[in-house]
Amino acid sequence: MTIRRARPDRLQHFRPRMHCLKKLEAVVVEMQSGVKGSEQKLNVTTIPHVITGKDVIAWITNKMKSTTEESEAFGTMLVAYGYIYPLQNHRKLVMCNDSSLYRFQTPYFWPTQKWVAEDSDYAIYLAKRNIRKKGLLEPYEQAHYNHLHEWLNHKWDFIVMQATEQYKAGKERRKPDRVVFDCQERAYWIVNKPPRRTHSAMDSGLELLIDPNSDEKIPFDTYRRMNLFYQQAIMSSKVKSSVSLGALNKYVATYKNHDPFLAPCLPSNPWLTDNDSYWTLNMRQVEVPTKMRVERWSFSLFELLRDLRGRDDFKVFLKKEFSGENLAFWEAAEELKWGTASSMTSKAETIFKTFLVPGAPRWINIDGRTMGLTVKGLDHPHRYVLEAAQTHVFLLMKKDTFFRYLKSPVYKEIQKKALNPEAHNFSPAQLEHNAQNRSPGIHPLILWQQAEAEKAKAAAASVPVDVKALMSKLDRIK
Amino acid sequence: MGEMEELRKEMENLKDQITAARKTFQDSTLQEAAAGVTVVGRVQLKTRKTLRGHLAKIYAMHWGTDSTLCVSASQDGKLIVWDTITTNKVNAIPLKSSWVMTCAYAPSGNLVACGGLDNMCSIYNLKGKDGNVKVMRELAAHTGYLSCCRFLSDTEIITSSGDCTCVLWDIETGTQKTVFAGHQGDAMSLGVSPDFKYFISGACDFTAKLWDIREAECRQTFGGHESDINAIGFFPNGNAVITGSDDATCKLYDLRADQELLTYQDSSIMCGVTSLASSKSGRLLLAGHDDFNVNIWDMLKAERVGVLAGHDNRVSCIGVSSDGMACCTGSWDSFLKIWN
Repeated sequence: MTIRRARPDRLQHFRPRMHCLKKLEAVVVEMQSGVKGSEQKLNVTTIPHVITGKDVIAWITNKMKSTTEESEAFGTMLVAYGYIYPLQNHRKLVMCNDSSLYRFQTPYFWPTQKWVAEDSDYAIYLAKRNIRKKGLLEPYEQAHYNHLHEWLNHKWDFIVMQATEQYKAGKERRKPDRVVFDCQERAYWIVNKPPRRTHSAMDSGLELLIDPNSDEKIPFDTYRRMNLFYQQAIMSSKVKSSVSLGALNKYVATYKNHDPFLAPCLPSNPWLTDNDSYWTLNMRQVEVPTKMRVERWSFSLFELLRDLRGRDDFKVFLKKEFSGENLAFWEAAEELKWGTASSMTSKAETIFKTFLVPGAPRWINIDGRTMGLTVKGLDHPHRYVLEAAQTHVFLLMKKDTFFRYLKSPVYKEIQKKALNPEAHNFSPAQLEHNAQNRSPGIHPLILWQQAEAEKAKAAAASVPVDVKALMSKLDRIK
Repeated sequence: MGEMEELRKEMENLKDQITAARKTFQDSTLQEAAAGVTVVGRVQLKTRKTLRGHLAKIYAMHWGTDSTLCVSASQDGKLIVWDTITTNKVNAIPLKSSWVMTCAYAPSGNLVACGGLDNMCSIYNLKGKDGNVKVMRELAAHTGYLSCCRFLSDTEIITSSGDCTCVLWDIETGTQKTVFAGHQGDAMSLGVSPDFKYFISGACDFTAKLWDIREAECRQTFGGHESDINAIGFFPNGNAVITGSDDATCKLYDLRADQELLTYQDSSIMCGVTSLASSKSGRLLLAGHDDFNVNIWDMLKAERVGVLAGHDNRVSCIGVSSDGMACCTGSWDSFLKIWN
């Protein structure tokens, strides 16, 4: 098994965060003129332009009009990306809302400078520190150093030479400048090569394969296809946005009381009280559904059919009206669409004999053209052969039968019978009790077995009754 | 190459015409339409459960169609099916390749699928005869990593891949039924419509495309984002699409009006969106970001109404259960949290 990973080019490494980093840069540039810096003493040396965490967070709160927590999180993000670095506790990349000292990182070391921190640069940095004072490296840095020594052994002389050069150049600087530069470089490497078991903000996950930044030549054929697509797009029918917005509004308003995030659910939300009654009352097979469930059935035919309990109720109504064949056909078509490929021919045959043949026991009334197309398609049955007929039947039910159902005595009766459970009012002690005695619920395997048993029963019941056989049986019994 | 130039000019012309046509159909904004709607107020969700058990970054999670089971995939090479209310692990499936990027739960509850850098989608049967969970199929034909997969039924599954295509597979035979090609960048995520007739895909070419599953063609393309689209989903009524991108914004596109209706953005949010989910009524949009938080938006008013903060690393996946009762977030800190 080969795992193909794209070679990260310099830009790809930062691509996922390019947008974010550009915005952060703009904020940092503003901040540099906004937050006051001062001179502080750190280990004998005086360092200029030092800022305190308090000031930074106050500035952020002021600029973004956010809460203190959000500003703290934002400040920590700036530190984690390396725009600001802490002076005192340099390993912990967090912005503290007190008088801890920080400095702005020099733009040379900003993450958007589009160059990736290379291994050889890191090796030079570690070698330099080693030269300065042996034994100064932390354990994780020592581990990195040993690894790089092995890995870059062929370049090691070059690396040591570079490190010595930089060390000598550093000695010639004035002490404050040297300390500042050391701090900056150290901060840069803490961000890019973090110690083990800390998470780094530079972690970008897996790399992309296609680099949209590259100017790939789009072939001639693709252009032609795209143009065809755009031409079709212009000619396609569109709806005015006010209509769509109205529809969205209406949908949200209709479902408002059924959204558990916005409205309380009766009897109680199982997540809050550890009491399963809500789920037991709303199970698939329940005799009497809850009022909310019955209300949902009236929202659209789609909802009614999707809820199997609702479908059962609809079937009761249709039986009274002697027009159950539409729904039966719709269900059979669904089974064909989602069933196994091997069963398709047999299912198609049964459907043809039961619903489509003229004079069939459950003949559906669809227009001639659709009927012709469907019958022809059934010669070579495939998953979507009944699609046209099914849509036609669905629309028939939606425009006519559904509304009659909502006004029918069957629906009104179920509305009256529906349960409206009392809201639970648990005391804290009872809540504790609930949490400890949580029932494991019905195992999914049992539910599945129940569903299979039901399907088998339904299949047996839907076989068309052979009247002649029944009559002859009755005669024989007599 | 005079012809190429001509074609390119024609394409630009057509694109301008489309933009103009969209403008004429834009006779109202959501602000005006939703002016009369009552304000939702501050939404505060609390962590009800924390699911511990993964040892590495969690890359994806998906709820089952019953209320309490969900599956999560992590880079420690495990696919875990959780019973979220008791926090028990119903199944812990070891994977052949630990570089997994996505997982999915079949609507019937019988199968789970996962895939990643191995370019394959592996289907596991949870209801095997002797109770063991075994690989049922390995769907291999992609030339790029698998970024997302979603079941249509026990026999069909749709996958999106880093090779810029989406594919509809027949699980029984293990072959590709349809290849949906058209994106110019890695396809990062996909969503299936509630009636299973259409699906949408978001890609790194900054566009989202609506595909007709049966006709095997792209019906509509939506642009407007300035960076990779990481997350995509349908609005509960199936007529609108929500996308989340690296440019830190989420956008709402309407399918019938064929244009963008609303953008959810805030100047204080700078981190890209990694995942999104909408509440049952569609009023709330939950978006997970790189800065370890989940922002909750009021979809009609385009205002932020809450924040879920509790993870110690990037929120990589988010999902709302099918009855809308709880939302689950998975993060790179290896924990899943259930909020309510």
